[in-house]
Amino acid sequence: MYDIILDFTGNEILSMFISAALPLFMFILPFALVAVLAERKVSAFMQDRLGPTRVGPKGLLQTVADILKLFQKEDIVASNADKKLFNLAPILVFAGSFAVFAAIPFSGAYIGTFADVGIFFVVAISSLVVAGILMAGWASNNKYSLLGAVRSAAQIISYEIPTALVILSLVMLAGTLNLYELTEMQTEYFWNWYIFGGPATGIQKILLIPFMIVGFIILYISTLAEVNRTPFDIPEAESELVAGYHTEYSGMKFAIFFLAEYANMFAVSAIVATLFFGGFQSPFGYLGDLFGVEWLIPIEQFGWFTVKGLFFVFVQMWLRWTLPRLRVDQLMTMCWKYMIPYAFVNLIIIGIISLI
Amino acid sequence: MLNYFKNTWEGIYTVLVGMKITFKHLFTPEVTIQYPEIKVPMEERVRNRLYVNMDDCIGCDQCARACPVNCIEIDTVKALPSDDLGKTSNGKKKALWVTKFDIDIAKCCYCQLCVFPCPTDCIYMTDVYEFAEYDRNDLIYKFATLTPEEGTEKKEAFDVFQAEKEAQKKAAAEAKAKAAAEKKAAEEAEAAKKADEEKKDDSKKDEE
Repeated sequence: MYDIILDFTGNEILSMFISAALPLFMFILPFALVAVLAERKVSAFMQDRLGPTRVGPKGLLQTVADILKLFQKEDIVASNADKKLFNLAPILVFAGSFAVFAAIPFSGAYIGTFADVGIFFVVAISSLVVAGILMAGWASNNKYSLLGAVRSAAQIISYEIPTALVILSLVMLAGTLNLYELTEMQTEYFWNWYIFGGPATGIQKILLIPFMIVGFIILYISTLAEVNRTPFDIPEAESELVAGYHTEYSGMKFAIFFLAEYANMFAVSAIVATLFFGGFQSPFGYLGDLFGVEWLIPIEQFGWFTVKGLFFVFVQMWLRWTLPRLRVDQLMTMCWKYMIPYAFVNLIIIGIISLI
Repeated sequence: MLNYFKNTWEGIYTVLVGMKITFKHLFTPEVTIQYPEIKVPMEERVRNRLYVNMDDCIGCDQCARACPVNCIEIDTVKALPSDDLGKTSNGKKKALWVTKFDIDIAKCCYCQLCVFPCPTDCIYMTDVYEFAEYDRNDLIYKFATLTPEEGTEKKEAFDVFQAEKEAQKKAAAEAKAKAAAEKKAAEEAEAAKKADEEKKDDSKKDEE
């Protein structure tokens, strides 16, 4: 994609900027628009309600109206807040969640950076969000914000361990950190996806399947906790902490936090889809191959990637409207006493199986 | 150790049970009623805004007397014999001009006590329940069909009629008194005559 833009503009810096901003304007913003509405609609339907119906046909423009409202809002900075950090925090949080998209392979034709450390970069850079959240909580000079931020930091750092362990087991099996290569290994048909044992064959594949499912469950739960979604939303538990670390934020800064949350939601869903469900690979061949239309394949791949990502986003919403919030001790128990031991055992077993 | 695996299993299993329930609800029809567009039909005997059908009102004031919060105010003027006010739908003759029929719905307690005494069933509760106003005075509903001018006109007409009647009565009474006096005088004259004759008779008898 960078090469195409370079050909087009003839300026390296400009084309870099454009290709870096592409996922933001082509994907994250439209996704956030749709996802916020989808969240409200899904929650409404699960509670036998209608959800927003007033703005636009069937309420489809509700998020647009919300964004317009947020644009108009006053940008309030509390007088006792640490203004520099306060203003920097939302940018840092968004930068952290946006940077993840650099390594995500959207399709065969578009991947931000063809980095060999792909998944490692994702795990590392998404921790930047913790710094941003802590910064927001501290700079707000508000006890609820600080509590939310501290909880968030504790939660994200704890749940990074099972995430990393599951990713490690997959990396061990695949022998690569590059997300594009990981995706390419799961090509052709859905039984080549890592949830079904990956490209391995014979007894190894059959042995791998149950442990892959366990790995998938652990990864999904821990990524859910990393993006602070219900049932792990104690950092912004509205019944306890008003709104957690973004209590003091309003207007566009709040909108940036919101956007970062939704960007994060898709990012982790995309990671789960890439690692276990073949990323942008179709489960059964491509129409482009069938008709011999070369240029159709990347578009189809992008479609498959979006569908898989959106499905996991939907599951996140589904879980949100199913489960109540965990208590702090339950959260920590679940992470340290259950998921980390399981992830470790899973890692060892997958290691042994991969030796067969 | 067994407990540990049991907890794990229960954790996953119960989440799946919950997800199954919410997934079912994803497809159940919603229970929301979009109020301003769709209204739930009211029950037959609901008590809401009062309405008075002035075509049938005979101005009997029974509703105003029944009202526990005095929210109904009625003024009436007697109709002249020459006026024809027509009849109510159930055949009662109207004999009063209703110059004022105000219901202060802000005071109304929706007890429906005014409805039962009405002899012509002209005051009743409707199913209208959206009548919020910005000004409290707008909640005083004026049902009288006569304008205030017409009302005063009727009143003056009645006063004139009354005065005329009064005068007539007076005249009649005077005439009666006069007649009575004349009669009395005549009777007295008669009596005197009679007495005279009797006297004459007596004297005649004496002479004999």
